[in-house]
Amino acid sequence: MVQYASRRLDASFSALSDVTRRGVLEQLERADASITDLADKFHMTLTGMKKHVGVLERAGLVTTEKVGRVRTCKLGRRRLDEEAAWIERHRQLWDARFDELDNVVEELKQREKVDGRKKRE
Amino acid sequence: MDARRGSEPTPMRNRTTVERKSERELVVTRTFNGPARLVFEAWTKPELFKRWWVPKSMGMSLRSCEMDVRVGGKYRLEFEPDAVAFFGTYREVTPHSRLVWSNEESGEASVTTVTFEERGGKTFLVMRELYPSKEALDAAGTGAADATVETFAQLDELLLTMGASV
Repeated sequence: MVQYASRRLDASFSALSDVTRRGVLEQLERADASITDLADKFHMTLTGMKKHVGVLERAGLVTTEKVGRVRTCKLGRRRLDEEAAWIERHRQLWDARFDELDNVVEELKQREKVDGRKKRE
Repeated sequence: MDARRGSEPTPMRNRTTVERKSERELVVTRTFNGPARLVFEAWTKPELFKRWWVPKSMGMSLRSCEMDVRVGGKYRLEFEPDAVAFFGTYREVTPHSRLVWSNEESGEASVTTVTFEERGGKTFLVMRELYPSKEALDAAGTGAADATVETFAQLDELLLTMGASV
């Protein structure tokens, strides 16, 4: 989980290290846009914009969907990540609780053994 | 990261599973290496319960723990340092096999059901938390673990703001 998180952060930071890509995010915060729209807006070639969008997409910051001949870009929601993180958070809590509970149960077992011995004596 | 010291015997650790069964229900399972009467005891005696319910990773500790474990009996857990309290009522108490209580600290109560099933000297435990709504379960807290995720969400936000401010 930690490794996964740090990889994601690396990708996010490197995606954001470029002024055009930051501009694209700002643009998409206002409205979804096609790659052609974005290329126009940032005075770039289609190929150049595709590359930038690809970087943002791999970082999970943007998602794209092709409808007909137009590829529309929108801000990534990371919904799956959020759900996985939610479950993981609960699992970690219960796992930590139950590790402690293991110790308590172990102690109770020892106590019973000792008590049993005492009774037999 | 493994802080376990080499000299300690490694106890057999069982796996904790957590599953969101529905929009309103969380189910946690775990096997314990002891008979059901002992696991049940650890859930129903406050001096034992408070030793494991608030693990260090939660970033909180218990100030007090009162449990009147019988149908209609109340429980109350108070945390330090911010005096947050969890409280509710036991609805079913069947020794060594089943516990049901309501969690009443928030407006709409959730209900926790714990079953203890002994299998060859071990106990298979299932805990179900049924929330009144999807939103209530979404918001269910996990203490310090939340903070990690919150930090992450804040960083995400910061990154987006950085992007937007250029």
